[in-house]
Amino acid sequence: MTDTTTSTRPAGSMFVNIGERTNVTGSAAFKKLILAGDYAKAVEVARQQVENGAQVIDVNMDEGLLDAVVAMTTFLKLIAAEPDIARVPVMIDSSKWHVIEEGLKCVSGKPIVNSISMKEGEEQFLEHARKCMAYGAAVVVMAFDETGQADTRDRKVEICERAYKLLTGIGFPPEDIIFDPNVFAVATGIEEHNNYGVDFIEAVKEIRLRCPHVHFSGGLSNLSFSFRGNEPVRRAMHSVFLYHAIPAGLDMAIVNAGQLDIYDQIDPVLREACEDVILNRNQDVPEGELTATEKLIEIAESYKGKSAETEKAAEEWRGWDVVRRIEHALVKGIDTYVVDDTEEARAEISARGGKPIEVIEGPLMDGMNTVGDLFGSGKMFLPQVVKSARVMKKAVAYLFPFIEAEKDQGAKAKGRIIMATVKGDVHDIGKNIVGVVLQCNGYEVIDLGVMVPWSTILQAANENEADIIGLSGLITPSLDEMVTVAEEMQRADMKIPLLIGGATTSKVHTALRIDVAYEGPVVHVLDASRAVGVASQLLSDTQAEGFVTTTADEYEHIRDVRAGKEGSILLNLTDARDNAFKPDMRDKAPPPAQPGVHVFEEWDLADLRATFDWTPFFRAWELAGVFPAILDDEVVGESARSLYADAQAMLDQIVAEKWLTAKAVCGFWPCARVGDDVVLHIEGPQPPLHLPFLRQQIRKSRDRANFSLADFIDHDGDWIGGFAVGIHGIEPHLERFRANHDDYNDILLKALADRFAEAMAERLHQHVRTELWGYAPGEQLSNEALIKEQYRGIRPAPGYPACPDHSLKPILFDLLKAEENAGLVLTESYAMLPTAAVSGFYFAHPESQYFGVARIGQDQLEDYATRRGVDLKTAERWLRPNLD
Amino acid sequence: MTVHANSAEADFRKAAASRVLVFDGGYGTSIQKFKLEEADYRGSLDLPMDQKGNNDLLCLTRPDIIKGIHTAYFDAGADMVETNTFSSTKIAMADYGCEHLVWDINVAAAKIAREAAEEAQAKDGRRRFVAGSIGPTNKTLSLSPDVNDPGFREVDYDGLKAEYREQCDALIAGGVDFLLIETCFDTLNAKAAGMAAREAEAASGREVPLMASFTITDMSGRNLSGHTITAFWYALRHLKPLTIGANCAFGADLMRPYLTELAKTSDTLILAYPNAGLPNELGQYDELPAKTAQLIGEWIDGGLVNAVGGCCGTTPEHIAAIAKAVAEAKPRVVPVLEPVTRLAGLEPFTMAA
Repeated sequence: MTDTTTSTRPAGSMFVNIGERTNVTGSAAFKKLILAGDYAKAVEVARQQVENGAQVIDVNMDEGLLDAVVAMTTFLKLIAAEPDIARVPVMIDSSKWHVIEEGLKCVSGKPIVNSISMKEGEEQFLEHARKCMAYGAAVVVMAFDETGQADTRDRKVEICERAYKLLTGIGFPPEDIIFDPNVFAVATGIEEHNNYGVDFIEAVKEIRLRCPHVHFSGGLSNLSFSFRGNEPVRRAMHSVFLYHAIPAGLDMAIVNAGQLDIYDQIDPVLREACEDVILNRNQDVPEGELTATEKLIEIAESYKGKSAETEKAAEEWRGWDVVRRIEHALVKGIDTYVVDDTEEARAEISARGGKPIEVIEGPLMDGMNTVGDLFGSGKMFLPQVVKSARVMKKAVAYLFPFIEAEKDQGAKAKGRIIMATVKGDVHDIGKNIVGVVLQCNGYEVIDLGVMVPWSTILQAANENEADIIGLSGLITPSLDEMVTVAEEMQRADMKIPLLIGGATTSKVHTALRIDVAYEGPVVHVLDASRAVGVASQLLSDTQAEGFVTTTADEYEHIRDVRAGKEGSILLNLTDARDNAFKPDMRDKAPPPAQPGVHVFEEWDLADLRATFDWTPFFRAWELAGVFPAILDDEVVGESARSLYADAQAMLDQIVAEKWLTAKAVCGFWPCARVGDDVVLHIEGPQPPLHLPFLRQQIRKSRDRANFSLADFIDHDGDWIGGFAVGIHGIEPHLERFRANHDDYNDILLKALADRFAEAMAERLHQHVRTELWGYAPGEQLSNEALIKEQYRGIRPAPGYPACPDHSLKPILFDLLKAEENAGLVLTESYAMLPTAAVSGFYFAHPESQYFGVARIGQDQLEDYATRRGVDLKTAERWLRPNLD
Repeated sequence: MTVHANSAEADFRKAAASRVLVFDGGYGTSIQKFKLEEADYRGSLDLPMDQKGNNDLLCLTRPDIIKGIHTAYFDAGADMVETNTFSSTKIAMADYGCEHLVWDINVAAAKIAREAAEEAQAKDGRRRFVAGSIGPTNKTLSLSPDVNDPGFREVDYDGLKAEYREQCDALIAGGVDFLLIETCFDTLNAKAAGMAAREAEAASGREVPLMASFTITDMSGRNLSGHTITAFWYALRHLKPLTIGANCAFGADLMRPYLTELAKTSDTLILAYPNAGLPNELGQYDELPAKTAQLIGEWIDGGLVNAVGGCCGTTPEHIAAIAKAVAEAKPRVVPVLEPVTRLAGLEPFTMAA
């Protein structure tokens, strides 16, 4: 990390901007916030200052109505929790030493104290200076002594030089001294004040020569005090003053960085008038002519009330009309003002007899349409869109009571869509993303949540007169449940479109199984970005028919192709078994070093964080690319970086505040292969416990085997392992986010919890290999190598290609006592709860490898049903994705 | 108050000018090998809570073990050991109900280390040093433990400083040469500890220089309070520490980039002592001594450090390997820095004059 370099300011000198708006004596708005105790908004003021380029922020709480110590320490502690703000040094500003000292006790970096002086004599001055040294702070020294504030050049030089000698005499580092030689008001009409600008500039030049390494600061607002209320003139005066004072040595100033004009761009007439006043030129003029002061006063009249023309864009938008502000807030995802702006829009509409719903239909929808357009054209990315949605949700939540109050006129969004994760499944990241994207595009989404039975879905669709139903699911049994929903929709004689989405869904499955179950339109939606296109076509008066027909034809074609072709040729089960994989069993792993079941109550989150595989995280947000290269990607890089930064910030909190608990259990059992079963040699169950595995039946080219997981286990005795991990504790945090209408953080936290679960599985496997089973004690792999699975042994999970039957999970869970040991439970469809969870088997043979079982024949289905002791229909349901 | 010059500082600087000094390694790993039971920890003390794991208490109940570890490190080639007092503040000892023993533990710990140092020095005539270990405590001045109230703090500066002060007074009374504020996950805690140490030094009338050591808590190279290593250094530079550096958290490989940064920005000696790699899933460290020594050798090649040792998971074997690796090495040359203003938020900020 290199130092934050000082930026160049007017005249190209090194110049430090000190943010001055977190100062109750300088900012009426900030004072109001602090007096009202609204520290949350006050913190936002600090954030804006830093965003606007303040390199140090000045904090001042000197206000008679305030307990300055409480206000100072409260505020400093709050900004310490905001990395965006706390990254810059603080200037603790008070005229009361005890306020400064209490402030010093809250600041963790090296701050600046503003200020100390010799006003009360040398002794107190040095006592304060010693304290600054003890706490570790640079210090602003006011040119003030026992007799008063220095006004002339000579007094300023005299006092500062004396202070310098005293300070360096006690070992105070000269580079930590910042003199403030007093900027006084000019153009006051009082003759003695005319030279104050010149006195300051000249004093700085001289002190700099006499006192090596010191810095100079000044409060600019004093200078233009006579022109209060005339911002254009004040800004011009400040810019002109800096233009001359910086080359003299002024290197920092307390100034609103967003409110400085560029010297060259100041109206030359105004600029010259300011210059005359500040440099004390043309004040002695013949009778009848205007003095410099009078001239500036005259010119100033014409600037009164003119609004700033060159405000920084970041602040400028607050001055726009409310409709544009709302659009800006939505596009930029800024939620700070949206409630106020929404109220303003509502009040305006209400004043002309409109209804609150018009705020949604008008400015908010327009804003979200802009977001939708930008997203659709690839100019915005999902994380930004979700942030926009958060802003939208806050606005809508604010309007809701007003709308409720005038119940009769319901909103007419583009369409009303019921969304649900089907019964037995608990995964909803994808569904939530689709929901957000649809809302961003003007659809009303009624989200029924997870594990929703078909009856609830149909009921909600009827009661809400829904235009579309969207179903989501991640695990394979959900595919069946979706078929059930489709069948029930058919039975209920519904006609509305049914959208299918989720990781295990596919166009082929939708065409073969779901489309045939329901006569209404059925459409598989590949990802969130397609959802809007699909919904808009389905609900369009002109496009719907064509789109429905085209899709139906496409699915028909898929079915035809499927029926017409034999598919890849399947071996019969006997031949497939004859072509089993035959690893060299002399190489099998030794018995585990620590057999039995091992429980890990609370794995260190920081450790897991270090082993994250980030690529799937970005994929969950539909940002394509491999981590870390994705951060520099030309197209999605910016979006990925922003998302990654948000994720890191949340991870910091998750780890520091222990939001989540990672639990894990694993175990090893003696066993032997019998056919395609693995029989466990453990005490208790009679008959002995069988783990039946499936075998590939697709005919392979000459030397490839037809794999089954059973192949990796020795007939003559061997060991198998199992594990289950889960990430607990997410719910209260999700509730907090939901209460705040914060989908973005809701999704972010879920996605991170999934990463923790995966990292937990990976770490546990490593621990098993090197310690618990211990067949690879010397293994040393980087995180990258772990992600690439460059290790010995595999950990296939039930429900995944090598072991597609989810129904093995209950057996595995019983073996591990997963509920008791890791708090994990299964739904009726064998989805795991908590949602962020991974379970699977361990195979240790060095030749064991991942494969996909893929399509199997009727003979294996029947064989499997027998081996599992279930009827054919049940086995069919379990293995549906692998059947024709 | 007159503060008497400390010959230890002069001797330390002199030795550090010609070679890379060697610090000790971890204590936890060595203590574990004794497979102590609760009764061993408790000894004859009448204490209300389970004492198993209260390693600092062993300074009172099993001084033989602690002294043995110091001696093992000196025998392995260490120039300096630290006292076994990482958690010997009231605030940290509250976990074991041993607040009333804080003074005694620190004094005893300093004496034990001092004895071991004197004996080692008597054996071969080489000057040995003792640093009083001051841990970060288990409370933080910079962060709120309550998500919903970011302005809340469990401790305040004055309270925490008083706790540190008691520990510093006792360590000085027991005879340490230096005070080592280590594993600084919170920069404000470190500042409070530093101020306490300075005040204790002034009260004792004897110069007891400070050493301060940062700990990185995440892959972004910051500590828990969010400071970069240079921001941490700028925040503590006013304490004029004899050494600044980093310990714990990472192995020597991952620590290197941060030492590279600090080597440039710091105008005092650098002491760094990494863990024996990253912990495995059981919290155990398995980096072998040769590996640690090799990785530290890379620091030496880069001219990054003046003193090296080990933290969690390191043993006398590691220190022996490190001592061997640095025996002929040239120490880092301390740079002279321009007199510019060095400020810090979470990030460093400099202002040229």
